[in-house]
Amino acid sequence: MSETVLQVADGAVELGGRPILRGIDVSVGRGEVLAVLGANGSGKSTLVRAMMGLVPVCRGEVRLFGTPLAQFRDWQRVGFVPQRVTAASGVPASVREVVASGRLSRRRPFWPSSRADRAAVEDAIAAVDLTDKAREGVSTLSGGQQQRVLIARALAGVPDLLVLDEPTSGVDVQSQHTFADALGALAARGATIVLVAHELGPLGRLVDRTVVMRDGRVAYDGPPIAVFTEADPHHHHDGPVGQADQAGRSEHGPVVTSPLDREDRR
Amino acid sequence: MSILDYPFVVRALLGALFTGLAAPAVGTYLVQRRLALMGDGIGHIAVTGVALGLLTGTSPTVTAVIVAVLGAVVIEVIRETGRTSGDVALALLFYGGIAGGVLITGLAGQSAATLNIYLFGSITTISAGDLRVTAVLAAVVVVVAVGLSPQLFAVAQDTEFARVAGLDVRLYNMLVAVLAAVTVTVAMRTVGLLLVSALMVVPVATSQQVTRTFRATLFAAMGLGILASLGGVVISSYVNAAPGATIVLLALAGFAAAYPVGVLLRRRQRLTSPFAEPADEPALPARRTGGHLVAREDHGHAHGEACGHPAVPHGDHVDYVHDGHRHAAHGSHYDEH
Repeated sequence: MSETVLQVADGAVELGGRPILRGIDVSVGRGEVLAVLGANGSGKSTLVRAMMGLVPVCRGEVRLFGTPLAQFRDWQRVGFVPQRVTAASGVPASVREVVASGRLSRRRPFWPSSRADRAAVEDAIAAVDLTDKAREGVSTLSGGQQQRVLIARALAGVPDLLVLDEPTSGVDVQSQHTFADALGALAARGATIVLVAHELGPLGRLVDRTVVMRDGRVAYDGPPIAVFTEADPHHHHDGPVGQADQAGRSEHGPVVTSPLDREDRR
Repeated sequence: MSILDYPFVVRALLGALFTGLAAPAVGTYLVQRRLALMGDGIGHIAVTGVALGLLTGTSPTVTAVIVAVLGAVVIEVIRETGRTSGDVALALLFYGGIAGGVLITGLAGQSAATLNIYLFGSITTISAGDLRVTAVLAAVVVVVAVGLSPQLFAVAQDTEFARVAGLDVRLYNMLVAVLAAVTVTVAMRTVGLLLVSALMVVPVATSQQVTRTFRATLFAAMGLGILASLGGVVISSYVNAAPGATIVLLALAGFAAAYPVGVLLRRRQRLTSPFAEPADEPALPARRTGGHLVAREDHGHAHGEACGHPAVPHGDHVDYVHDGHRHAAHGSHYDEH
């Protein structure tokens, strides 16, 4: 029996009164590489945000390493790469400074960084092939390089579970291969990886299981299928569950067609 | 006789030193969150605090700190929960703060001149007691802003990542808001409530013209803040000008001087940034058949480190930017790349 690292049981999410996810049952075992796929607005991004506690579940439960999310304190075991266009903010910051944020879950306030912290930061920068850019400002890097900085930041914490939200959207081919290598090394170490993607590209070879989201539900959960790992992301019309898209339905807003049955409303 | 022989000048210089150190330290985090005007907002709200002090006969500094902290917390709560009209809600607070201040000052039977001391600063009338309070508050602000800089940086830089890293994002956001409120009241006597924000923001804007790292920006901003504050007090004591306004104008002059340097640095940076070799781009037919394009210019010199043309790494060799296009050495001539 392998240990369950991440579990969502009967999960449902409402945002602003609109149901986004319902009836989600997903569990990820130790060492698995799971890809969450789906069209725009299918709820895949909301699913990983709920897994990380960034949006609350209004029904059901999320457990990380067997602990309910509300009681979970072991955040240094989790690395997260949020969906972002840029790694820059209103003030200049070097690549090394942004990546060093990844050690904060292991550091105490007011204490200087240890030698182990600095070594882990350098290793993470090297893993995404940016060592010669470590002193540069992140705002001067290309989009793909900035995404690599965000991956390095998550790698710096040496996580047992790495969750990535659309890490490869709008990223050049060279950077995608660098990602795939860095994630491959992490998976080889026995880490668990959950990856939200529009299209997998070079990451496809790492994935050993896919969950396909459609209209806020899990439509497919099983081994990778070619149609999802290669297809044009905007044309998932013939998925393995055989649902045809209803005419006129928006593909770009999360849609669950009936209201949620919440326990606290009964 | 030197100006340092007057005790009030010494007190003014010390007050300026503490303010110049603390204001940019907090300002860096406000600029990072793109909340450069938050200091202004808190300054407006603090006017009501000063007026309450005048009305009740207590120290205006104490009431200003209390009201400014409350206002900063309210701003932070609105920012966190209100998604749609956060800036409108902030504007309402700003105007409410300054209108309330003017109204209450009138009720207290004080003239607008009394309020002016706080609105535009009056660093030369600062007392020894005021100075001690200023020193302690500034020290707290600087210790927190520098000591917690990795955490505050991470929270401002990427909130979602910070939450998943286990940081208490709300606590750190509140901390910055409270630090900003404390700084506003510290700087109230130096540059005045209406100009506080300038001392928080302008040194940061100046230093980030030339810096590449966050720590360098933070420390350079604090250094520039001290320079502007001390310089402003010294200049105003010689030419008999308002110290607060002199400090702010000096800081702005610093920005005006640094901006062209920043433009030049960014231009150089763009020119010398390497070109990624596109892996999947089809080669142009002309290049495929011709092999290469020979540069038309006659070269009086060989491109190298000293020729003055920016060098750009390009795959396995180095190109030189020449009149807007790139030259690569090829035997006895240069190719266009």
